[in-house]
Amino acid sequence: MVQGPHPAPPRTVVRPVRPTADGLPRPAEEPAEAQRRVGPEQVTGAQSIVRSLEEAGVEVVFGIPGGAILPTYDPLMDSSRVRHILVRHEQGGGHAAAGYAYASGKVGVTMATSGPGATNLVTAIADANMDSVPMVAITGQVGASMIGTDAFQEADIVGITLPVTKHNYLVTDPDDIPRTIAEAFHIASTGRPGPVLVDIAKSAMQARTTFAWPQDIALPGYHPVTKPHAKQIREAARLIATSRRPVLYVGGGVVRSGASDLLRRLTDASGAPVVTTLMARGALPDSHPQNLGMPGMHGTVAAVAALQKADLVVALGARFDDRVTGLLSSFAPHATVVHADIDPAEIGKNKRADVPIVGDLREVIADLLPELEREHGQHGKPDLEAWWRQLDAWRETFPLGFDEPSDGHLAPQHVISRIGEISGPESIFVSGVGQHQMWAAQFIKYERPGAWVNSGGLGTMGFSVPAAMGAKVGDPERTVWAIDGDGCFQMTNQELATCTINEIPIKVAVINNSSLGMVRQWQTLFYESRYSNTDLHTGHGTARVPDFVKLADAYGAVGLRCETKADVDATIKRAMEIDDRPVVVDFTVSRDAMVWPMVAAGVSNDAIQYARGISPAWDRED
Amino acid sequence: MTRHTLSVLVENKPGVLTRVAGLFARRSFNIHSLAVGPTEHEEISRITVVVDVDALPLEQVTKQLNKLVNVIKIVELEDAASVQRELLLVKVKADVAQRTHVLEVVQLFRAHVVDVVPDTVVIEATGGPGKLDALLTALEPFGIREIVQSGTVAIGRGSRSITDRALERVSRSA
Repeated sequence: MVQGPHPAPPRTVVRPVRPTADGLPRPAEEPAEAQRRVGPEQVTGAQSIVRSLEEAGVEVVFGIPGGAILPTYDPLMDSSRVRHILVRHEQGGGHAAAGYAYASGKVGVTMATSGPGATNLVTAIADANMDSVPMVAITGQVGASMIGTDAFQEADIVGITLPVTKHNYLVTDPDDIPRTIAEAFHIASTGRPGPVLVDIAKSAMQARTTFAWPQDIALPGYHPVTKPHAKQIREAARLIATSRRPVLYVGGGVVRSGASDLLRRLTDASGAPVVTTLMARGALPDSHPQNLGMPGMHGTVAAVAALQKADLVVALGARFDDRVTGLLSSFAPHATVVHADIDPAEIGKNKRADVPIVGDLREVIADLLPELEREHGQHGKPDLEAWWRQLDAWRETFPLGFDEPSDGHLAPQHVISRIGEISGPESIFVSGVGQHQMWAAQFIKYERPGAWVNSGGLGTMGFSVPAAMGAKVGDPERTVWAIDGDGCFQMTNQELATCTINEIPIKVAVINNSSLGMVRQWQTLFYESRYSNTDLHTGHGTARVPDFVKLADAYGAVGLRCETKADVDATIKRAMEIDDRPVVVDFTVSRDAMVWPMVAAGVSNDAIQYARGISPAWDRED
Repeated sequence: MTRHTLSVLVENKPGVLTRVAGLFARRSFNIHSLAVGPTEHEEISRITVVVDVDALPLEQVTKQLNKLVNVIKIVELEDAASVQRELLLVKVKADVAQRTHVLEVVQLFRAHVVDVVPDTVVIEATGGPGKLDALLTALEPFGIREIVQSGTVAIGRGSRSITDRALERVSRSA
């Protein structure tokens, strides 16, 4: 052998992720200038952690101290570069890191202690994993010699989070700290982004070690493919140029890769209709005439029907989630499928792809554009007129809308659409999970990527308030609305304390229907209106436990209540005027409002109901 | 469902086997056998995993495995193009009256006796699953007292080495 028996592992220098022009995360391709070298410095492991975070470019950490992470909190107090925001619950810290990542384009960082501190993070980590949010979680672990002894506040958090992280580490040797943290940021922010957990033994924090930066990172098994295959791109372009009923099915990957500007060009060049999934709302402006809105269980009739009748579906950073496809075997039955994603495992996972493309969406679309132009040059633009006639007919016949509730109470859809209109497209809207989330996805007009933040894949109730807090920290100049439900709000509203104390003036709209609304809707539709355990007693004619206005007041926030349509605009405007502390608006709304259109779980998208009992007559349109 | 043998080259680090095994469990992939051991490169371990899946799920298995940061390379070893072996240790009743007959079976299968006491022998055999099943069937009448069997290990035929090629790829990307 020419070289030694153990060839050197690959070496990559970790580079910070720079915010991009569109404010979305994208790994820097080349360093603008040679990175300055730091160290070696003789430090403690704890100092090494803080120094590593500083050198990785971390500006904000959301966390809570406890026994096993305590050594790290001491040097953290002296750091002038890392701002630590003390949250009230680790789940809040995790969601805040996610909201921060959405708004800043940087990796969100959360910190917790061992045992219950770490296990409280699990939901937020799983949430970030499902929605591909770049996040690094640092947890303290009991001392190395105690691991495995059921020590006080010991939990095997690496084992627990194995299935819900992109990768995770247990560090017991203090010398491994800088390299591990460098690798964690590299993995979290490149390829398909995701959460990385670094569990560090307290003994490693207390030991003496050497700190140096940048770190050479050795990840022989990690090589995300970003450059798409030219042959597949040509094939995709040929299909787009020749199909008669194409649809661009746009998912959150377009937002993550910062490809919205390119998507806009592809949309214009192809003339094809676009559907934007729950994770992709804002990836193409809602005002764009080719945007049919959201597909899926509560999507627009036009978006759902377009996919069902398409002869070509071009999936861009979408993953054929069951909430989009309905009964998979009957989804887009006539379509040839082009599927582009940075994660090869997504391609063919649910739906067979005729043209698989692995790559970063920015590069994929950038390569598609000239190929498509070439196709058009050779064969002319395809005639989509008949297709658009049909799509427009669906749009006109089945627009998104709602009825005023018969009980005379506020329509939640009206409240949410007015918030969107009054606050405007430059705001950030962060929702929880349930009916209010679907209405916020439907009735707010999104004009830019990053305007919409929600928990899509995991469907985590309680996401809204802490994620809104993180988003406001990540982009303080923007108005940030948490569109929340009364159920969700009661899961994480303790972070209002964090917001008040740290002067993070978010606005919370509690869409208070006094119930777990989405569950109640299903009980109405599928369980003979037997309302088992969905009544929360927070709205009209109840004891109002808790009273959200008083609760806001107790947290040092401004509490407002709005119960009539006449007051909606004035209340929203009042909330908009307050910028020195958080605002909570208790919009007490009708509990009988339902989310429409709807495709019931497990049935074909062809069976979409525009409103209860009303299904579009497809044959008439065919 | 068909049986597939995958050679998975992984970083030799703590917890990697758990990551691989856990992935199979949570994605509902069925493992038939699994064997793990060192390779000629100190920093690489090799997991041989035999799975019962159809072609499409197999592609998912491979892609999901590839997503694990510690997994370096995955190669499917076709039956015809590889040598596949399992190791079997079996404790069989063999008193003075039966011992000769047991030893005949051992010879027929080119197995070895590795331990003898007055009433039993321990037999060591290697081979593919077909041969070992046949051996067990032949020994059955004498009285099998205990069986222990390894997972399949497999290596491609010919001069090419998948570890070398994996390392080449690794150094190229550096």
